[in-house]
Amino acid sequence: MGPLAPNEIISENTNFLLAFFIGIAFGWVLESSGFSSSRKLAGIFYGYDAVVLKVFFTGAITCMLGLLFMSLFGWVDLDLIYVNPTYLTSAIIGGVVMGAGFIMGGFCPGTSFCGAAIGKIDGMVFVAGLFLGVYGFAFTYPLWEKMYMAKYLGEPKVSEKLGMSDGLFGLLMILAAIGMFMVAEWAERKFPREEY
Amino acid sequence: MSNNTTNERSRRYLNPYLGGVLLGLVLLAANFVSGRGLGASGAVKSVVATTIEAVDKDASETMPFMKEYAGSHSGSPIKSWLVFEMLGVLVGGFLSGAVAGRLKLKVEHSPKITSRRRLIFALAGGTLFGFGSQLGRGCTSGSALSGMGVLSLGGFVTMMAIFGTAFALAYFFRKLWI
Repeated sequence: MGPLAPNEIISENTNFLLAFFIGIAFGWVLESSGFSSSRKLAGIFYGYDAVVLKVFFTGAITCMLGLLFMSLFGWVDLDLIYVNPTYLTSAIIGGVVMGAGFIMGGFCPGTSFCGAAIGKIDGMVFVAGLFLGVYGFAFTYPLWEKMYMAKYLGEPKVSEKLGMSDGLFGLLMILAAIGMFMVAEWAERKFPREEY
Repeated sequence: MSNNTTNERSRRYLNPYLGGVLLGLVLLAANFVSGRGLGASGAVKSVVATTIEAVDKDASETMPFMKEYAGSHSGSPIKSWLVFEMLGVLVGGFLSGAVAGRLKLKVEHSPKITSRRRLIFALAGGTLFGFGSQLGRGCTSGSALSGMGVLSLGGFVTMMAIFGTAFALAYFFRKLWI
């Protein structure tokens, strides 16, 4: 049955229309969780607000479990679900550059659009920066191409790499998340916070 | 009094675990409908590719970045799933902010720094994030969150690199936030 678009159950245009509605839900959830505020987002790095960690990991786990169950029920063909390819070098270096951008700018791309949508000028400026960065990459791409393509590992799942089933890895991830949530709750009590 | 205001304000945000479950369901819906997860920087990339093509018609043959882009995307670059999704994000974010009474034109910053300083760092941070998201084939949404949702090794690596670096640098930028 699913995924709908790759199985040609819905047309390309319907897929785009649903993208818009899924985007509305995405923006709504991000904003109402407080992700339109850079000071709330940056809180995770100082312990005073761990909303990023809680929402992010709960979200990833919910999706992971949802896909596992839907595949068990035969509702979705996991072979047709896109698994991000792994280019080890650029995944690490790109992540490091993004991490620096995160602590300086206080947003990531999705959250900056949310901030901009409710009138945060710092969010709008961050979005302008995103465009500058992407243009910068586009025009200097030949300089990075080698690094960009280095250490291609295919589309491995982390569970495969660790030699365990998706289900077992999922269970370990849930236990790890619970551990992190407990640390996060402790940190939020320890470090003072204001609401923004 | 100030305690009351704080409680009232914090009540306006969703419980983060509930927010996480809802976010996961949205991500699940994206995968069920399109076979791919969510994204944000990919929409910026599509707009950038569209403008480059509009200025230079031959760019898709002469410019390596555009060649690479065309190889992974068919059709007009602006007509991409992520562009429609991000337009939705703007609408959804605006609606949520409107319902909660958070619509306000302002620069949010720590009282210890000026608006100007905040904006300079927002621009610098955005630029780095934009650049890094291209190198890392996606940002916190497309690479880290969506990648983790489908157990992609690259997603976990990128997530650890983003958060690890931000934690490692937090001390040096603490004046911006605390």
